[in-house]
Amino acid sequence: MYRLEPNRREFLKTCAAGAMFAGATHKLADFFPPREKSKVVIARDPQLRGSGTSLDSGQLLKMLDRAMQALYASDTPLEAWKKVVRPGEVIGLKVNGLAGRGNSTNVLLVDVICERLREAGIPQKDIVVWDRLNGDLESAGFRIATRQDRIRCIGNDTLGYEEELSTYGSVGSCVAKTLTRVCDAVINVPVLKDHGIAGVTVALKNWFGAIHNPNKYHLNVGDPYIADVNMLPPIRQKVRLHICDATTAQYEGGPSYMPQWCWPFNGMLLSRDPVALDYTGWQILEQKRAEKGMKSLKELGRVPTYIATAADRQHQLGTNDPKQIERVEV
Amino acid sequence: MNLLEIRGMSKELNTLKGKARVSPEGPVCKPEAADALPRDSVLSALTSLTATEHDRRTFLKLASVPCLGACLARCVGSWPRFAMNADPESVDDSQFIVEAQFYEKLPYKKIRCKLCPRECVIDDRERGYCGVRENHGGSYYTLVHSRVCAAHIDPVEKKPFFHFCPGSLAFSVATAGCNVNCKFCQNWDISQARPEQVRNTYLPAKELARLAQQYRCPAIAYTYSEPVIFYEYMRDAADAGHDLGIKSVVVTGGYIQQEPLKKLCQGVDAIKVDLKSFSEKYYKEVVNGELKPVLDALVTMRKLGMWTEIVYLVVPTLNDSDAEFRALAQWVKSNMGVDVPVHFSRFHPEYLLKNLPPTPLETLERAKAIADSEGLHYVYLGNIPGHPAENTYCPRCRRTVIGRIGFTVQEMHVRKGKCEYCQQPIAGVWQ
Repeated sequence: MYRLEPNRREFLKTCAAGAMFAGATHKLADFFPPREKSKVVIARDPQLRGSGTSLDSGQLLKMLDRAMQALYASDTPLEAWKKVVRPGEVIGLKVNGLAGRGNSTNVLLVDVICERLREAGIPQKDIVVWDRLNGDLESAGFRIATRQDRIRCIGNDTLGYEEELSTYGSVGSCVAKTLTRVCDAVINVPVLKDHGIAGVTVALKNWFGAIHNPNKYHLNVGDPYIADVNMLPPIRQKVRLHICDATTAQYEGGPSYMPQWCWPFNGMLLSRDPVALDYTGWQILEQKRAEKGMKSLKELGRVPTYIATAADRQHQLGTNDPKQIERVEV
Repeated sequence: MNLLEIRGMSKELNTLKGKARVSPEGPVCKPEAADALPRDSVLSALTSLTATEHDRRTFLKLASVPCLGACLARCVGSWPRFAMNADPESVDDSQFIVEAQFYEKLPYKKIRCKLCPRECVIDDRERGYCGVRENHGGSYYTLVHSRVCAAHIDPVEKKPFFHFCPGSLAFSVATAGCNVNCKFCQNWDISQARPEQVRNTYLPAKELARLAQQYRCPAIAYTYSEPVIFYEYMRDAADAGHDLGIKSVVVTGGYIQQEPLKKLCQGVDAIKVDLKSFSEKYYKEVVNGELKPVLDALVTMRKLGMWTEIVYLVVPTLNDSDAEFRALAQWVKSNMGVDVPVHFSRFHPEYLLKNLPPTPLETLERAKAIADSEGLHYVYLGNIPGHPAENTYCPRCRRTVIGRIGFTVQEMHVRKGKCEYCQQPIAGVWQ
């Protein structure tokens, strides 16, 4: 997990190392190496849909490979995936099926991710595609599957929620058992779109689908609730990677599917830092709004301030500082 | 055994069972105000004693609760039994879905809810803050009509109503959901849940009224969670109850818009409002609501002649200043009159406020002293069983006209709405 500042152990290690070399240098900056920037990979492919409107799964897989290799600085896709998952782990893919087939996480994208997971040594039985409700998944084009020997696809209504509360800051929620009891690690696969209350919904807000009471956290453009939900231990400890589906993006009228405000972005956004990813996604949506002559989210009173909150000293979930974000386009 | 020990055990038992609050074999009286003690939880606890090892303390705690429940059940009459369909698998969800009465259609299939002051604007397939109302293609529906997740027979004093048919029983029901999110909620496992996350029973309005009649409950109480969010069911049940001579009482936070409130007042007989604080800041930070609409609702209830009682849960350090107690008492006196009962209740650490201690008795007594000094006639202390401030005193002769211990009426000296000793009218609904 990205941290803005070293934790106690890292701090002490750094101080000890610094003391050893204190005789060689007198600059305090040398004690603390510069922070590593948060990398956000934006992969796009104008040929993603070929000559039609449907996605080409071959092109999608190639785009995913390019993005993964760029994010993990790897020579091959497999090498990159092996930095994310280990055989023996149960890997969850947290998708977003709220907007039906129109603008939910694309089934083809999930298919190609699963293909690469299998190649990285994760058997089908150890892959779980999940979201809030079976009904949401089905309306997004997924087929509910509960057999233990295949890829499972389940809503939280299948296993339910923990009875004990997880709490942080402003939130107290029961977390989905799929996350707490089934998955060892999770890849977040949200969608890039506008949100009528929270401003935008990208990686951070997708975790509202992992708790029992998301309806309580839409006040005040979701701030600080969205950041606080991301601090809940089961979420913070298990998320490894965020792959934002931007094959189709939506710049107004979300989270419901509004085709008049969607456009084929033909891409995906990858990062290990959900804050940097959200900030980048927000800027893409703002740019599109400007192109369309629409008011900015600030003018509409729905700036996604929760992104800055997620980056603050209390949360340290990532960075929203453009100078600290390395934007890589492939 | 003091109240707090009872409360703690009750929670423990509920945890053993999980979230199901409906007793399939019959409703059970609750031994304390804020938390339910369903019979199936008790049975579950007893079963678990045979299945698992417990230390001596745990064994005594678990074993003593059913005994206490049985004693209280005897206080309120024979242990009732009735048949309800408690098998969620056999219930068709569509029977719970009824179009909401108060909302406005917006462009692009959005709606604006007009039931509570929050006025949620909701996209298609999304729900409001309460979690129990959903937009389906631009129309708004309640998902909890007849979808009961808690049902018990309680003394009406437990609501608490102290001036409404004292000593009578209320057939008490709730659905999942709430339109606020109090950090101290004692029933958060149903109030902060969506209906599909708790165990429910299909209990249509007429069947509810019939059961209340069958078990000789003169009133139905809508309580435990927040009845405003199951408004349509509450109104239908109140009408069905009146057809059988059963009254309806509402236990609410009062966070409701004026129009639905006025219509509600035409169909129910008494409302108890949890006035959670007298500060907007507290409402915003602790309740996730607003104070002003609640005060407006109280004034409307008074204007419409609704019998109203107020409960103020005193939370240490958050809403327990002299100034706040005095402002509250002065407001009640000016806007509702000195005869409106005000109950200052003891807080117990729960949900998201476990870091605070229970309210000291001295704080509650200070609150009562201030309210008394402002001239309110009926000021009570709640969750302090055996305290003299549970009794009703005649405002003229100061003699005890209703003596209570906990939720049990011990003596009654109100005759035809007057003090038996000095004939002073005692405000309330007595029959």
